[in-house]
Amino acid sequence: MEGLRKIGSPVDLAKKYFNHGADELIYMDIVASLYNRSLDYDLVNSVANELCIPLTVGGGIRSIDDINKALHGGADKVAINTYATQHPEFLKEAVRHFGAQCIVLSIEAKQHNTGWEVFTEGGREHSGRDIIEWTKEALSYGIGEILLTSVDYEGTKKGYDLPLLSTIASIATVPIVINGGAGNAKSIRNALEGGADAIAAATILHYDITTIYDLKNELAEYHIPVRKT
Amino acid sequence: MSTMCIVDYGVGNIHSVMKALKLYTDNVILSENIDNISKATALVLPGQGSFAAGMDGLKKRGLIELIQKKAARGTPILGICLGAQLLLEIGYEFGTHEGLGILPGKVVAFPELQLGTKIPHMGWNSLTPARPALWEGTALKSLTKDPEMYFIHSYILQPSMREHIIAKTTYGGLTFPSVIGKDHILGCQFHPEKSSKEGLKIIENFVLSVEGT
Repeated sequence: MEGLRKIGSPVDLAKKYFNHGADELIYMDIVASLYNRSLDYDLVNSVANELCIPLTVGGGIRSIDDINKALHGGADKVAINTYATQHPEFLKEAVRHFGAQCIVLSIEAKQHNTGWEVFTEGGREHSGRDIIEWTKEALSYGIGEILLTSVDYEGTKKGYDLPLLSTIASIATVPIVINGGAGNAKSIRNALEGGADAIAAATILHYDITTIYDLKNELAEYHIPVRKT
Repeated sequence: MSTMCIVDYGVGNIHSVMKALKLYTDNVILSENIDNISKATALVLPGQGSFAAGMDGLKKRGLIELIQKKAARGTPILGICLGAQLLLEIGYEFGTHEGLGILPGKVVAFPELQLGTKIPHMGWNSLTPARPALWEGTALKSLTKDPEMYFIHSYILQPSMREHIIAKTTYGGLTFPSVIGKDHILGCQFHPEKSSKEGLKIIENFVLSVEGT
């Protein structure tokens, strides 16, 4: 697929990141909805079997049954983006079934002149929704967490989109995981001080630019509390 | 031979609990069946979700009295998250609901916390012993100092008796009981099965305490 690169087996990567001291793992099929396919639940199960830390999975989640399959596969939380933007009431239904702690709103944000628009399919498709209105609406349905991805910053390693983060942090009443742009430990510190409750990183870890272990040690030097492993 | 039983009462991710127990024993089953649970030499009550949904799940399967009886007869029970909350007498989530009442106390919402503190309490946080040297002889023995565990909850355990508090955790300026128990009963507000190596030590210690007897 255009713009996507194979970097390895999800199972091997899960093992690697768990051993390096990841606090949580996010496994996403970012183009599942685009191809109208479901998550590979067997693969979710294989990934979950490598872990004894929390696992969030996402991609193509569009029914209560999909969430059941993900949880039975060993996931603890599901991240929902595309289907929620099309059927917002699904978030409410999902929260009622599984509890707020299980339902993560995934937001893919792309900047325009006056703010940010919510995108889907790994930043390929417009949703037509404004990020602030959408976040407020989703919060009213009781979601338990926000996974906030800056499409503009993904893979750039230049640090997180701090204006985007502070915009959402000012209205969010649930934890925010910021994603897209992770660079060095300093960029992570900036995000944590800028309103993120946790940070997600992919590129810098997938390409072995650094390790979770080293990042945590550097963060500890900045006096940021990190889980020792 | 001992058989541990994870009680399947229809709530939450039970597979990670099974996976964690299987690291330390082959004698573990997952069941909602009265006979299996009657015969079990130890019970694990997992669970996520609301107090009411948890008690309903137990009630529908006719398990409430059975679990109470086994607890009274000394069967070791490990409650995890919602499973720990159900050990107490009353829960106030979505109304007032009777719990198993194996330990006296109630389950209440987090009171008002420091400004900006988010609920659910979600993420890693550390345990401290409620009293010095308290963890010796419990499933928390052999943990490192201030071990960090994975929490995900909006309600907290409030046992009536101070001696039933084994560990405490602080969040948003509030210190709350994170492990409760007495004798053969243990309840963890966090998820040991999701708490990496330190959490697995609790699972291992629980298995050893069961299989050693």
